Amino acid sequence: MAGKPKLHYFNGRGRMESIRWLLAAAGVEFEEKFIETPEDWDKLRSDGHLMFQQVPMVEMDGMKMVQTRAILNYIATKYNLYGKDIKEKALIDMYTEGIADLNEMIIVLPLCPPDQKEAKIALIKERTTDRYLPVFEKVLKSHGQDYLVGNRLSKADIHLVELLYYVEEIDPSLLANFPLLKALKTRVSNLPTVKKFLQPGSQRKPPINEKSLEQAKKIFR
Amino acid sequence: NPKPRVMATKPKLFYFCGRGRMESIRWLLAAAGVEFEEEFIETTEQYEKLLKDGRLLFGQVPMVEIDGMVLTQTRAILSYLAAKYDLYGKDLKETVRINMYTDGTLDLMLMIAVAAFKPPAEKEESLALVVKRAKTRYFPVFEKILKDHGEDFLVGNKFSWADIQLLEAILMVEELDASVLSEFPLLKAFKTRISNIPTIKKFLQPGSQRKPPPDSHYVEVVRSVLH
Repeated sequence: MAGKPKLHYFNGRGRMESIRWLLAAAGVEFEEKFIETPEDWDKLRSDGHLMFQQVPMVEMDGMKMVQTRAILNYIATKYNLYGKDIKEKALIDMYTEGIADLNEMIIVLPLCPPDQKEAKIALIKERTTDRYLPVFEKVLKSHGQDYLVGNRLSKADIHLVELLYYVEEIDPSLLANFPLLKALKTRVSNLPTVKKFLQPGSQRKPPINEKSLEQAKKIFR
Repeated sequence: NPKPRVMATKPKLFYFCGRGRMESIRWLLAAAGVEFEEEFIETTEQYEKLLKDGRLLFGQVPMVEIDGMVLTQTRAILSYLAAKYDLYGKDLKETVRINMYTDGTLDLMLMIAVAAFKPPAEKEESLALVVKRAKTRYFPVFEKILKDHGEDFLVGNKFSWADIQLLEAILMVEELDASVLSEFPLLKAFKTRISNIPTIKKFLQPGSQRKPPPDSHYVEVVRSVLH
């Protein structure tokens, strides 16, 4: 019997959260080993388990996978969330990369010096409403289907809905002019696996707070 | 009745006349033996036309017209090409390894691409970090992979996207520090071997569509177009 995938990361969202979302949405149970001290981090690297000395790292199917995108693409292929052919996959990849670019801005926001934070948040809001969300609203409008690509749930929908939750955390009014995205968010949130993941007590991680940020900085000094 | 002869249109690349984020795409197409056209963005007007025509999904280049699609996002384009030209491994486990390796080498090369736009002191620091990362984080990994399996190519004993991108990265870092491969004998042999593949050999010759390192003119053009 194949063991459950094992996720190595610190106890927070960061770059691992989209992997948690995708596994959860695919209905795959997983374990987590949190890096909690500088010693944990030193050991993980010196044991040679991290190809480029970085996390995320996911142990799965006899492999120690690194690089967020490589991991996500493996999971999506394995669980049939990557379209039916290479053209659908190209669309899914294109949408995913756009989502990842905006998500990246949000992920690194906690590391931003306090005097630059307001400007960064303003930029995130602008990009959200002017560059990214209009694209996805238009895609849904253009074909009138329930999902972004091929009339079927794919990793693109899951990554987008995850992003919409973060956008809402920053400012709920950002979603005001995007009715189809709001409908997608509701629809995907109601899928049994996602619904379960959204409940308290799941492995979904909360936004980082001051204390966890200080701890992470100590670990990854 | 003879079938009507349909001429496949060549892929068309839209970008500035320089490496940036398009270079890895040029390498992959060239290595696969695929002829391609390029439209160079030199003015704000050209860029604004692309935007207005709705051909840049998120308002950004690289953009590639291929197989009836208008594709943006570097990695999406690279993955499509790798799959189309059978450079992506024979099964999912090989594909994930190719993805891990190419994500690593692309990270390294993008550090070089963005350094060009930094002020001089920061730029020097960034490029020094690239060389350090190459020597301590990336090249040792690939040297070990080649040592462990003793094969000619990184994955599955077959030429793949991972090999193309590693060669590209090696050459780029060598431009910063010619001695960077001194501790990596297998990578030296790899470099020679892959460079001699006919399609790649052709691409490495003067007059090909390969672009030179970014200079101040390139930086100026990009800045003025994207202000």
